[in-house]
Amino acid sequence: MLILECPYCGVMADETELSPGYEAHLKRFGPGSSDQEFEDYMFARKNPKGVHFERWRHAYGCGKWFLAARDTATLEVFGTYPAQSKAPPMALQDKIRARRPDWKGFA
Amino acid sequence: MSTRLSRGGRLIDRSQAQEFTFNGRRLRGFAGDTLASALLSNDQVLVGRSFKYHRPRGIVASGAEEPNAIMNMGAGGRFEPNQRATTTELFAGLTATSQNHWPSLEFDIGVVNNWLARFLPGGFYYKTFMYPRAAWKHVFEPIIRKSAGLGRAPKEQDGDRYEHAYAFCDVLVAGGGIAGLQAALTAAAAGKRVMLLEQTAQWGGRAPVDGVEIDGAPSDTWVNAAIAALGKMPNVTLRLRCMVAGVYDHGYVLADEKIADHTPGDGRPRHRLWRIRAGKIVAATGAIERPLSFAGNDVPGVMLASAVRDYVVNFGVSAGDRTVVVTNNDDAYRTAIVLAEAGLAVPCIVDARPSVTGDLPARARALGIRVETGKAIASVKGTKRVTGVALCMQEGEGAVLEHIACEAVAMSGGWSPVVHLWSHCGGKLTWDAAQGYFAPDATRPPTGHDGAAMVVAVGAANGAFGVSAVLDDVQAGMRTAGNGSGVETPARRKEDAFKTTEIQPVWIMPQGAGIKLKAKMWLDYQNDVKVSDVQLAAREGYESVEHTKRYTTLGMATDQGKLSNINGLAILADALNAAIPQVGTTTFRPPYTPVPFGALAGESRGDIFQPLRRTPMHEWHEQHGAYFEPVGLWRRPYCFPRGGENHAQAVVREVDNTRGSLGILDASTLGKLIVKGPDAGRFLDMLYTGVMSTLPIGKCRYGLMCNENGFLSDDGVVARIDEDTWLCHTTSGGADRIHAHMEDWLQCEWWDWQVYTANVTEQYAQVAIVGPNARKMLEKIGGMDVSKEALPFMSWADGVLGGFPVRIYRISFSGELSYEITVPASLGLAFWQACHTAGVEFGAMPYGTEALHVMRAEKGFIMIGDETDGTVIPQDLNLAWAISKKKQDYLGKRGQERSFLVRADRWKLAGFETLDGTVVPDGAYILAEGVNDNGQRNTQGRVTSTYYSPTLKRGIALGLVLGGLDRIGDVVSFNTVTGGKLEARVVDPVFYDKDGAKQNV
Repeated sequence: MLILECPYCGVMADETELSPGYEAHLKRFGPGSSDQEFEDYMFARKNPKGVHFERWRHAYGCGKWFLAARDTATLEVFGTYPAQSKAPPMALQDKIRARRPDWKGFA
Repeated sequence: MSTRLSRGGRLIDRSQAQEFTFNGRRLRGFAGDTLASALLSNDQVLVGRSFKYHRPRGIVASGAEEPNAIMNMGAGGRFEPNQRATTTELFAGLTATSQNHWPSLEFDIGVVNNWLARFLPGGFYYKTFMYPRAAWKHVFEPIIRKSAGLGRAPKEQDGDRYEHAYAFCDVLVAGGGIAGLQAALTAAAAGKRVMLLEQTAQWGGRAPVDGVEIDGAPSDTWVNAAIAALGKMPNVTLRLRCMVAGVYDHGYVLADEKIADHTPGDGRPRHRLWRIRAGKIVAATGAIERPLSFAGNDVPGVMLASAVRDYVVNFGVSAGDRTVVVTNNDDAYRTAIVLAEAGLAVPCIVDARPSVTGDLPARARALGIRVETGKAIASVKGTKRVTGVALCMQEGEGAVLEHIACEAVAMSGGWSPVVHLWSHCGGKLTWDAAQGYFAPDATRPPTGHDGAAMVVAVGAANGAFGVSAVLDDVQAGMRTAGNGSGVETPARRKEDAFKTTEIQPVWIMPQGAGIKLKAKMWLDYQNDVKVSDVQLAAREGYESVEHTKRYTTLGMATDQGKLSNINGLAILADALNAAIPQVGTTTFRPPYTPVPFGALAGESRGDIFQPLRRTPMHEWHEQHGAYFEPVGLWRRPYCFPRGGENHAQAVVREVDNTRGSLGILDASTLGKLIVKGPDAGRFLDMLYTGVMSTLPIGKCRYGLMCNENGFLSDDGVVARIDEDTWLCHTTSGGADRIHAHMEDWLQCEWWDWQVYTANVTEQYAQVAIVGPNARKMLEKIGGMDVSKEALPFMSWADGVLGGFPVRIYRISFSGELSYEITVPASLGLAFWQACHTAGVEFGAMPYGTEALHVMRAEKGFIMIGDETDGTVIPQDLNLAWAISKKKQDYLGKRGQERSFLVRADRWKLAGFETLDGTVVPDGAYILAEGVNDNGQRNTQGRVTSTYYSPTLKRGIALGLVLGGLDRIGDVVSFNTVTGGKLEARVVDPVFYDKDGAKQNV
């Protein structure tokens, strides 16, 4: 039962208020893409032990989608940020690097 | 004889006798007793049978760790199996029966398994499952089913109610002993919101029993003062009988409060499940005494030394006149002292250590108690109760030195911290070789959302024993946790001057015991796992403690190995010639002790099991005898039976009446999503396979939605309301899902598109007026031009009908002339009634979902969830006409281009008519020649919808078949459940009014 801070409401939302949306920062591949690109987009999900970026929706709150940076092993939450982001904010990336020196960085 | 003493018993009230029954026998105890102490006071030493060998079992412990004394409690709606007598508070009228015995507790036929013991070794189940195969089914399983199994499942509905409570706190303290009280005082003084939860009905834990003094006074005085102080603080919540069941991610805690277990039927909820978010969790959960492994340690009358002490001090109950104490540590001497001071005999303290010089042994010796050091118990005499013990040298192989007659044996193998709450969320343990236990490793705690430690273990749970060590440990622990140290630690403690002799870990007694003795040394009393079983598992190659647990069932009983685990893994480590920390522990999982299903369910049962969505006309349906079916969370009328009709007859009448004259349907559950904005058309073109941006204002268009895989996800009619507004109808069950789907793409992919969506499903009631007389009826109500010219098929119009503000859609899911009319939800019932009033002269009747389904199937219209199952693309359903060829992109377009979805041999939609007119069974497959690699019959299609058609007066079906419409005219065979075949002709899926003349009039 995680707690994530909704970056829109600012509330520490209980997992029961949230619905999960799996991996964040996927690039959509539509018509014209190769089989390999489409397969990666649809099915090739990261499954790291450690730092991970995820989509969550404050479904039983403000209804907004947001993104979360989380350690999948310890469940530490490094931060949350709006879904309308191409990459995690630099400040958040710096914080993750400080907490997890061996993190290979956002790719 | 176990009996009630003439004096003593700090928890009982001798002025309040309470009658109860055990196995039908009327017995008497006192208020304040547990069921276990009351049974012992009546000399009921034998309380159950073990799982596998049906060995006689007696009370071993005095708390939650009890493995043997588990009872069927209550009767009827209050029957509950697997209740521990040691944690069950006695009340007048309590009824309990022992479990796992047949035909009776005293004479149990299953004890024959005991003689077969050598054929039921560790891993027995796995070995017999493997070989010989036939023996399992015909010989072993029937016998085991008869003789195995503990409690029975209740047969009646639970007669009690349960509730959930939600709470938030800065510091949650689990355990109301000295450590927990001091932790709560410390945190509360620092201004934290504190919850202090204690699983038993008393504060203070073991300290009052063990004669601890704090501040120069008995610990009871200190405990009462602490509770009085905490009770006055507004930031503190105190709860007794409240067991912290589990610690979960990010400080989520479940606790089970027994409110009315001891006062059944008093109107209060039986249990309250607390769902708590805690900033920090303080595990002050104490420790559990370990048994010793000697031959016959399962004979009733062999008990934990602490339990023997508890029964005397708390309840004034002796386990026997003569008790032999066997130990490897000083703590058990307290039991001998307590017994002697109560006027009972302790013939001998058998201490495995070669020499003992501590203060407690000195006191025991001063009381004249014989202490035998370096000795062990070779065997216990007696079967249903202890009659004596045989002594031997601990260092030897078990040669008997002497026999000592006794009625009880008090054993202590040392204490193990209760580390469950520390471990539930990943806290790591370290092995303390000197003390022989696992304790929390403070450098590797479970962490919370901020990466900081979220659990602190204090006191005995942290390996701090003795009141001085406990209080110091609390102070240190609370300081680390950042929860203040504002309370002075009590200064003078009686134990400060104590000298002790170190514990000597003893895993087998005597250490050189042979197989005969080891096969009588029980580790897990409930599941009958012995030292020899664990050693056998090791010999057979089980090196992982997790595998050994499952192979031998060690620690898998209802007590979850609270007594057996450490001893078991020490035996395993020894057998593997490995160090104990290398072997490790099994995983500690919640709950700490079992939580009733009723408590977990809380109020979610019966009518409020889940939210129920009702349309504005729901009550009318109920009043008119509707038979309901669930559609998502909605309840929709399946049909409206009249007179003596059965449901099938009602459906036929409703279809005939609608096609023949006039039917009225409550379509309010239909999903209604508004999509609005400058980019709404562009957005809908991405969402639907067809083009919605070109839809003229005032018109309707059928659309399909797919997921990115290309599979059909939802369908419905879209209406263009104005320049930048569309209204999308979804399936009844799909409105919330599709709305979320829209928001996902708008917020996360096309976030620069200006589109707004709103789910207005419940804001409107919708009524379908269906049948050849539909227009006449609306004209009778009057107020709007509903002619073919003014309101042609697949168009909509706003207006006022009979005084109601309405929007009318000329759409049809039945193939008949049809108007779907929405009104504000608050007017839904009134409009529905107005329609029925106006419809009388046309013989209008309400119809339900089944008639709707039959009519749509007669028209060959697909139903999401029937024709689709997440593997079907629109092309499979001959719906290519609803897919735009011109659009560059839509959700699912790329997915549908994948090789396996464009293959020519995909199963495609067709209609089926059985040759004999009967109805194809649901789920039937279309058979093909031959069998597959698994010897199963090959198939070439399957039925997706199948009904009796009142219109065609025969069975019709829709289904997917190899070749689809190219197969029209072929005769295929469906399988039936009974193994038969049903022949059907492949036909056009539109069975009725192929040209659509009836709906377009």
